[in-house]
Amino acid sequence: MIRARDLVKHFRVHKRPPGFAAAVRSLFVRKYEVVKAVDGVTFSIERGERVGFLGPNGAGKTTTLKVLAGLLHPTSGSVEVEGHTPFRRQTELLEKITLVMGQKSQLIWDLPPSETYAMNRAVFDVPKAQFDETLRELTDLLDLAPLLDKPTRQLSLGERMKCELAAALLHRPTTLFLDEPTIGLDVAMQLAIRDFVRSYNQRHEATVLLTSHYMDDVVALCPRIIVIDRGKLIHDGDLRGLIKTMDPDKRVSFTLTAPVADDELARLGTLLARDGSRLTLRVPERAIPSVVGHLLGQLHAADLAIEDPPLEEILRVMFGRAHKLEEAS
Amino acid sequence: MNAGRAVRALPTLLRIGVAETIAYRAEFLVWILTTTLPLVMLGLWTSVAAEAPFRQYTSADFVAYYLAALIVRNLTGSWVAWQISEEIRMGTMAMRLLRPIHPLFTLAAGHVAAIPFRSLVVLPVAVILLVSSGSSALVTEPLQLALIVPSLALAWLITFTILFALGALSFWVTKTMALLNLYFGLFSLLSGYLLPLPLLPRFIARAAEVLPFRFMLSVPVELMTRTLDRRELATLLLGQLGWAIACVALAMFLWQRGVKRFESVGG
Repeated sequence: MIRARDLVKHFRVHKRPPGFAAAVRSLFVRKYEVVKAVDGVTFSIERGERVGFLGPNGAGKTTTLKVLAGLLHPTSGSVEVEGHTPFRRQTELLEKITLVMGQKSQLIWDLPPSETYAMNRAVFDVPKAQFDETLRELTDLLDLAPLLDKPTRQLSLGERMKCELAAALLHRPTTLFLDEPTIGLDVAMQLAIRDFVRSYNQRHEATVLLTSHYMDDVVALCPRIIVIDRGKLIHDGDLRGLIKTMDPDKRVSFTLTAPVADDELARLGTLLARDGSRLTLRVPERAIPSVVGHLLGQLHAADLAIEDPPLEEILRVMFGRAHKLEEAS
Repeated sequence: MNAGRAVRALPTLLRIGVAETIAYRAEFLVWILTTTLPLVMLGLWTSVAAEAPFRQYTSADFVAYYLAALIVRNLTGSWVAWQISEEIRMGTMAMRLLRPIHPLFTLAAGHVAAIPFRSLVVLPVAVILLVSSGSSALVTEPLQLALIVPSLALAWLITFTILFALGALSFWVTKTMALLNLYFGLFSLLSGYLLPLPLLPRFIARAAEVLPFRFMLSVPVELMTRTLDRRELATLLLGQLGWAIACVALAMFLWQRGVKRFESVGG
């Protein structure tokens, strides 16, 4: 269980203009600026939930995760994870949580991952039988067997990420903070990691808070999303609900088998994309049956697909609105 | 920190420390070369004292002194400040902070594990030279000989914790290299690494007596090369113990305060 109430985290950052003179001046007079990385965020996540944490670069996602994992002290507000105050980093809490950062490694670079696992077993004091069972389970799920005894430095990015995940989960944490766990991975590996996270969540009733630049990760894994922008929470709720509120229209994609006049297409919906004979229309939900009927019956369209608008598009609109509102106020 | 857990983890931490040491062979060879300054000083001072003793130090005294210094430096030297500084700068310290054993303990275990390998090259050479050329200046008193090991252990602890504390300063200062250079300058002069403390100007030698540096190198060297009475032995060992306790406390305090400041914006 995770609770954040009026969470604020400000950083004091040294700022100086470019150039030699400014560099010399900054030796004597330093100018600081307060960066409001997280600015009054409140949310609550129950045990076993999978929540996507979204926002543009610099929105405060990683900072929030670091506060929740106990790496940063909040400037103000309160945070509770699994009944503990994270920044005290009590053993009881550290045994229940894990933080995976796609861009930071906990594996020992020149040794095989099995050595990092042995070390984690020792520092987390995991009983041998439980360790063996968990490692077996993780090895099966993530297909780690050929990687365990290779030096970490010789693993590919995707292989390393799988090994990172295993290292982070050997002590069977019940709260997972995953910060860009699929960054830089190919599609197959992204799918493997996604399946694994879902399976771990279901097997251990673990709470998952995930940030990712790949919206597919979020759509596939997280029924609920929290969106922050410039340190402020701008949405917290069901993913489908967000899509419906922001853009209730569907995207209908199809391939034309014969030429169709543009004005006929315009009567069916707004043309969003055309790639040769493949077209995408934006169609209001209530008009879907008639439009689809027309496309298939009259226009002999093939390979027809009906989808929600992409999450990227929704978020772009959302961040745009939030910035306009902020500027107006 | 749960002490029982730390003790249970120790064999694994030591084993992995050994594996890491072996993996970083080239780095260790370079590190060993950086600890050979006493050999340079040995050449210099034995030629000064070749014809007549220099302020009571004969050529054999210098041989014994610098080879003992080489041994102590090899067994007690540490690079933990650089390691901490790098981990903080690169953000990988976050991973260490999420483990339920204090980093002072895990890092110490890794460093202890490295000692036998670090000493592999230099120590046999130093011991052979010491026994062959400087044996007349070596101590033979059994009690004093027996106290060399605890004295070395305390010297290691003081050195490690001071460097750990300096590393923890990276929580405040992004780059601590200048600070570490200053530390190494003071250490070289005031620990007896460059030259025996009695050869220093009087006011510097006085300062050296009340600072921790002497207890990091000169004291175990003195135990190896100068016959001391029981009172002197007790004073030196208790001095080391006192500094070790103070340095552990300082390291823990700075670490605790530093972690509160651990602020890395973004990834």
